[in-house]
Amino acid sequence: MDSKKELDIFKKSIKFYKLSFNKRNNQNNNSEKKIKKNKTERLLTIGTWIIILGTWYIITELKLFSTTLVPSPYKVLTTFITILKEGYNNVSLWMHLGASFQRLFIALVLAIVTAIPIGLLSGYFSKIKAIVDSVVEFYRPLPPLAYYTLLILWFGIDNKSKVTLLFLAGFAPIYLACVSAVRKINKDYILSAKSLGASQKSIFFKIVLPACLPEIFTGIRTAVGVSYTTLVSAEMVAATSGIGWMVLDASNFLKSNVIVVGILVMGFTGILIDYGLRYLEKKIVFWKGHV
Amino acid sequence: MVNEEKKEFLIDIKNLKSVYGKNIDSVLALDNISLQIKRGEFLCVLGPSGCGKSTLLKTIAGYIKPTSGTCLMQGESITGPDWHRGVVFQSPTLYPWMNVKENVEFGPKMRGLSENEIKRIRTHFLDQVKLTGFGDKATFELSGGMKQRVALARALANYPQMILMDEPFGALDALTRVNMQSLIRNIWKENNSTFFLITHDIDEALSLGTRVVVLSKRPGRILKEFNVDFTHTILKNNSNHVMYSEKYFKVKNEILDLINNQIEKQH
Ligand SMILES: Nc1ncnc2c1ncn2[C@@H]1O[C@H](COP(=O)(O)OP(=O)(O)O)[C@@H](O)[C@H]1O
Ligand SMILES: [Mg+2]
Repeated sequence: MDSKKELDIFKKSIKFYKLSFNKRNNQNNNSEKKIKKNKTERLLTIGTWIIILGTWYIITELKLFSTTLVPSPYKVLTTFITILKEGYNNVSLWMHLGASFQRLFIALVLAIVTAIPIGLLSGYFSKIKAIVDSVVEFYRPLPPLAYYTLLILWFGIDNKSKVTLLFLAGFAPIYLACVSAVRKINKDYILSAKSLGASQKSIFFKIVLPACLPEIFTGIRTAVGVSYTTLVSAEMVAATSGIGWMVLDASNFLKSNVIVVGILVMGFTGILIDYGLRYLEKKIVFWKGHV
Repeated sequence: MVNEEKKEFLIDIKNLKSVYGKNIDSVLALDNISLQIKRGEFLCVLGPSGCGKSTLLKTIAGYIKPTSGTCLMQGESITGPDWHRGVVFQSPTLYPWMNVKENVEFGPKMRGLSENEIKRIRTHFLDQVKLTGFGDKATFELSGGMKQRVALARALANYPQMILMDEPFGALDALTRVNMQSLIRNIWKENNSTFFLITHDIDEALSLGTRVVVLSKRPGRILKEFNVDFTHTILKNNSNHVMYSEKYFKVKNEILDLINNQIEKQH
């Protein structure tokens, strides 16, 4: 082969490649930047808590404030044990927690089974979105306690009004997550499924739903967080049982130790719930972060 | 009689014109395309970036409708995507919530084949793309080349009349590319199937195609078609690359001139 000809071809090839690659250089370099929680950060977290608890201990030890206002860690611990053993107001801690969680659970199940289909359909069909979206957008930024008063008037002071309140609080984040998930779905997933012979129904259940699951899960976690805080506040406004009510009742009698116990219990259960959800997420949406 | 004649072609495109958008914002992507694809052909499409190659593929796949003109498959108008035309995308669209096996089985499952049949198909095509033993792997555990092979197996699993591929090896490294090319060539021969492949790599087109179509810059028109048989030579010699010959360079040179001319006009 004569080399001049080859060189000629080579030059032309380069020119051609340069130009044809022009529009193709926006390919994302899949550099997986995994945020590892390294040792220093963990130490910082632990250190922060040692300082918080230490300050608390020192303040009470030096008796800077009256124990009615700031109970000592020891007092809180003994109160916790007493409440655990004997309950509060003759009702066990588990009953209080149970009452709270029953409301939370019913409301969230209702929110999940309604918000997911409505949200996915809203993402799919702009006509449905036109109907639902503005309503959700209107009530979502409202502080739940603002319309809670109305719900009490309509449904009474006990469970029904609270479940409705929590349902509304939980519905919005799940719904919005679903809408955005459908909008963001990789269109090639749907096209390839069609080319493989999938029906509309199969595409919805086998492609769209799983493709949206990661975002749906994020929505559910947000919903649980919002509902949980809403629940506690609602019980502090009006209730006859529940962990929020326990705190409210204790404050009426200046039992600050019980208040602190209540707050700590709420905090830890909140963390536990989120931990559980994250575990479920890892199991169910195992591909998240890998695509 | 007329109908019989038409059916001689698997795909019959006549005066295809494809426009995106409306009014002032509209983009004329393809104009006056007439192209016939016979059963068993390996058609490669070359053209400058943005000239409408993908648009042509999407039209044949049934993802978009012609603005005017016709696109027939076995004499019938293509109205939407269906499993007779398998598609392999530029970046593999494997479903990450399914493992390799389930991805390959997706098509046959959707068509309601029996369990046994599905299993047989899956085993056969995983073997054909040399991924036996990878069935239970998650898709995100695979390399780029493996992913593309799963995507190919998934498309093949429906025994489609033809396979459409849009720059399927564009994102792969040079070595993997060459391996993928011989894999495709062998599958094409073994399955006696029809391929439509878009590429920006002239060597790829010449070493795989039985026919190479060169498109002009946008709006894409067919500049020239080349009937080549380097792929047969490769198969006959049982090698996996082109034996460079006078004839090869002549064709390659001509194609380069055609495309470079197009690009120069643009600037
Ligand atoms: N969905 C779309 N809407 C508007 N214009 C589009 C769309 N898809 C492609 N185009 C335009 O049509 C032309 C041809 O696109 P395409 O077929 O993807 O080219 P190629 O695959 O040859 O690079 C390009 O100018 C592109 O910008
Ligand atoms: Mg393209």
